[in-house]
This record gives sequence, structure tokens and C-alpha cells, in this order.
Amino acid sequence: MSDQKITQVRGRAIPMPGDDIDTDRITPARFLTALTWKGIEKALFCDERENTPDHPIDNPNYKGAKILFVGKNFGSGSSREHAPQAIKRFGIDAIVGVSFAEIFAGNSLAIGMPLMTASAEEIQKLIAHTQKNSETEYTADLETLTLSWGDESLSVGMLEERRQSFLKGTWNILAILRANLPQVREVAEGLPYMREFQD
Amino acid sequence: MSERTLYDKIWDSHIVAQLESGQYQLFIGLHLIHEVTTPQAFASMKETGSKMAFPERTVATADHITPTLTKLRPFKDDLAESMMSALEQNVDEFGVRFLNWASGKQGIVHVIGPELGLSQPGMTIACGDSHTSTHGAVGSLGFGIGTTEVGFVLETQTIVLNRLKVHRINVNGELNKGVYAKDVILRIIHDLGIKGGLGNAYEYAGKVIDEMGMEGRMTVCNMSIEGGARIGYVNPDQTTFDYLEGREFTPKGEAFERAKDYWKSVASDADAEYDQVTDIEGGSIEPMVTWGINPGQSVGISENLPDPKSFEGEDIKTAERGYEFMALKPGDKIAGTKIDVAFLGSCTNSRISDLREGARVMKGNKVNPRVRMLVVPGSQQVQAQAEEEGLHEIFREAGAEWGNAGCSMCLGMNPDKLVGAERSISSSNRNFIGRQGSPRGRTHLGSPATVAASAIEGCLTNPADVVGD
Repeated sequence: MSDQKITQVRGRAIPMPGDDIDTDRITPARFLTALTWKGIEKALFCDERENTPDHPIDNPNYKGAKILFVGKNFGSGSSREHAPQAIKRFGIDAIVGVSFAEIFAGNSLAIGMPLMTASAEEIQKLIAHTQKNSETEYTADLETLTLSWGDESLSVGMLEERRQSFLKGTWNILAILRANLPQVREVAEGLPYMREFQD
Repeated sequence: MSERTLYDKIWDSHIVAQLESGQYQLFIGLHLIHEVTTPQAFASMKETGSKMAFPERTVATADHITPTLTKLRPFKDDLAESMMSALEQNVDEFGVRFLNWASGKQGIVHVIGPELGLSQPGMTIACGDSHTSTHGAVGSLGFGIGTTEVGFVLETQTIVLNRLKVHRINVNGELNKGVYAKDVILRIIHDLGIKGGLGNAYEYAGKVIDEMGMEGRMTVCNMSIEGGARIGYVNPDQTTFDYLEGREFTPKGEAFERAKDYWKSVASDADAEYDQVTDIEGGSIEPMVTWGINPGQSVGISENLPDPKSFEGEDIKTAERGYEFMALKPGDKIAGTKIDVAFLGSCTNSRISDLREGARVMKGNKVNPRVRMLVVPGSQQVQAQAEEEGLHEIFREAGAEWGNAGCSMCLGMNPDKLVGAERSISSSNRNFIGRQGSPRGRTHLGSPATVAASAIEGCLTNPADVVGD
């Protein structure tokens, strides 16, 4: 599974200022009635894009960006995987933010999109820098835990277990979970409710 | 071994393996599924020809897209109809128990789990819905998961997790009359913030929680995720056992006695260690309503709206954005804000005790002619009970619509939606922009009693002002 290793994401960035951007804003509920992920990127921030002429997602300066800069508690609210799916299918391969909601982080790991953290001050600087210099190419490096551009570089954080999943290429974990089915059955047999408390 | 929390105990007994990354593979005792977050998972299983590992541990229902004012098929919305057909096909093909309309047990997934005794203490419970934290009320760990993870559970009955910290929240003393579980959890989120629970499980305790009924505990645990905590739970006690006894999937007879012993053993030890402890005085809580665009932006119904400058950092901007979107001004009173819609329902507040409280306020009164009120029971069984008690007549006589079970106006995925810039008082869980189906719709969250009182007065109202207690 070495081809699934994710060690680095390089590219320009989209700055998305603001805290607590919830998954209802990222992908409004009325777009969840599709049976496949195909085209879900069209729902990305669609309500606020309609009402915001200079929305970062539509700003031609950021076209083709691979990295998203966000604030605190990004992806809060609903567990809908449609949110990270829409972001990834839009073309984003990594998100750097102050903090992320727990379910959103789990979903992002499951679909192979690394999330990195930096302090609120650093994120603010990155957002301001990108707004002025949209052509800046960033390198988000999972091995060295750094985000670098030009001559500059800063340390970023990642939950170590999630970092290892990307570095080892084990984020796409279904095959491994399946291989553990004998142990799964063992654990199940040890749980009294699985035997309906019959003994 | 002592000094363990309920979280520690359930976590430890469900570990299948520690993975190479350091994360844990955890066994899931009960998997609840619904129509919205499963089609891609089933589709990918069909593609690979995979089978379910424990089909008997998954239970399906339909709630998010189901219309509440008609049972006619096909649904008017083609996409909703195809989503429903896909679920019907999938449960049929994979042999999953499906609690549909015909079964008489359909309802919101987080209402029917406890109601049928499917959700039990000591279990791990997963569902592709963030409000799975609700099931923590019975002393289980309820994980909201995404669709890829739903696929993991279907195929292996496991998910991959990092261990959380445990934050104990004691609600001490007594609640004042007219203050409900909804007010308690809104106050907790107000005090700890919507990011306060990131990386944490919340253990709710203290005299107020001890004395609270099961349905109130479900309301509290339901909104854990709104405070950033993926998990929220209450230790199982006599209230839990009394609630579960006799329910369809609860063990019977001697098995029930054995179950009770096990359930008692999973409760947190008296000397358990917590990463953090917070105390809140129950007597200081008043009926709460939200004024902004996240569930942390709330005030007591008697209070004036806060100055954005009273917040810190980005929260100042979020407050300003909240005021702009909600068309409200700092310093104004929240009570008296005119509303267009009142919604009583959702996985937070659609159980029989919620409907009884709403009806108690509503009885003998009329819904203000400017207001559209919708009352939607959480399940067919709640609906049947309410109708037996005549609650539907009270609501209908007052001028409210009485719907069939479903998520209804909580989330804008079915015909029940706000229109344009309508303003609602809602017993649901999220006041996010666009949440109730209109990108410009404005939502205030409150308890069922506050919803009913506000519907009568046509503006945000303290229920005590209507019922006089």
C-alpha cells in the first residue's frame, strides 16, 4: 500500500478566515440527497458563495490551490462526510487550521486528506500573506511537520497517530480492519450483551 | 481495577487492536443507520462484493428526508424518493432489520434507539449522524461517524479512533421551576463554549442530572456535539434501569438481572480520575434561547443581548456576524423578538415528555395568528402515545400542525423548511446559517415550553409568563 503514502502536499493556498465554519455552511443539507459523491464539490459553500461576490472559493487568484487555510473549530456540527468530500473533490489536498472538529478530522483521515494545526496568530499571518500574494507556493510536509514557502517556514502540529497513518499509507484502513476480523469476533464473544446476557 | 471512568471501561472492553499508526480499532456493539449517510457505503460494498460482518447488529430507519405531513409514496421530491428506495433495496439485499412506517416503530434514529431498548449501558453505538451522542444518556458511548466509517462498521463492525479525555460536568443543586434539560445543556455550551469539548468526552453528573428523567438526559447528551464533545454520557443508575425494563430489545427475566449487574459495573468508579471537572449551579440556570448563529451564542430569556466586545479574538467577529445575520442589536432584550415559525420536534426534543410540556403550555391557548407552528413527534410510538393522551388535539385546537415522525424542520432535508428570512423558535439543536432549509432563515433554539410560549405570544417568551409558574 506504499502508493497510498502521503508525505507532502505542495501548491498554492485558499485563505478562509473565520472560526467555527460548520458543515452546514460547507455543504448545506439540501445537497445531501445524492446517492454518490460525484459532483458534491458543486455544493461547496454554495449558499454563501451565492451571497458573497468575492468568496475565496470563487476568487480566480486562488484557482487550482491545493491547500486551505482555516481558523478554529473548522468542520463543526453535522457528521456529514459530504463536507470533506466536497473540499477534496474541489481539489484541496490538505487543510491547515487552528483546530478541527473531531468527526470532521476522522472523516478527513478516512478519505486521505491531512489536517495540520498552527497557532491563531500564525494562521492569521498566513491568511493575510496569501490574500496579498496568492501566487505563493506552500509545501506542507508531514515528515518534518513544517509548512514552508519562499525562505520561510513554520512548525505545524498533527495528531501523531493520524500523521503516522498518512506517512505509512495506512489511512485507507479498510483492508487492515478486515484482516483483524478474527480478533473482532473474539472481542464480540467477550461482551455480555452480545450473548444477550444468557450466561 | 478502580479509578476508571465509564468511558475508560467501555473503551477498554471494546478494543480490537492497536493499529500501526497508534490509533485503536474499536468494536461497535450497535450500528444505527438511516437513508442519508449510507448509500455511498452500501454502493462501495456492492462494487467490491463485500459482506456485512454482523448484519444482526445494524438496525435501519428513515428519518431525515421523510415528509411529515403525508405518507404517500413516491415522495414528491425525486431525489428523496430515490434515497428512500436505495435504503429499502440495501436493507433487503444485506438482510438488515428495517424499522419502517409499516413496522410502527419508525422514527428519528436517536429517539427509537433508547425507546426500543436497542441502546443499552456499556455498549459502543455508532451512527452516521453527529447526534449519536444522545445514546450516552443510557450509559453507552455513542459515536457520530462519516460515511466511509459507516462502511467500516458494515464490513467489520469496527471503527478507528483516538482516545478522548474525560471532562466531568457537575450540575449541582436544584433547577428552578420552568427550567428544563434543554436550558441546562444550552447553559453548559454557553459557559464552556462550542469549542470547549474538542478532544473530550463529557460526563454529566451532579444532583440535577441524577434527578433528571431519561428523556431529559437524552436532551443533554444530544447536544454534547454542539459543545464540541463527540461523546457525552450519564452514568447508568436506577433511573436508567427503570427506563429500560420491559422495552422490546431489553433482556427479560433473569437475563435482565444479569444485565443490570453488568450495567452497574460500567459506571464510573467513585474515585475515577478526570482530566477536567466543571461545576455549574443548577439554581442559576434560567430558560435559555440562542440569539446568534451557533448554539453557544445564547442568553437567559430575561437578559439583554451581549456586547460583541465582551468576547475574545475571532469570537468578536462571530458575534458581529451573528448580529448581522439575525438582525438583532447588542443591548436589546431577547424576550419580545417577533417570530414567524415555531417548531417543536427533532432528536433533541421530540419525546413524550417534551410534547407533554409543550401541550401543558399550549392548553387553552391559541398559536398567534402570525405564527406557523409545527409539532412533530420523534417516533411513531411517541406519536401513538401522544395521541392516546390527546396531546395532538391540544396542539391542533391551538392552531398548530401535527406531523408524522421524522427530523422535520431541524435540517431542511424534507418539505418542512423555513422560507426566505423567516425567524423561528425551535426545539432542535442547531441555529447555523441555513440550517432550517432557507439560506436566510433565522433560528432561535429553546426548550419545548419556550417554543410553545413563544408560539402563543408571537415572540420569544419565558414559558413562566404564560403558565404562571
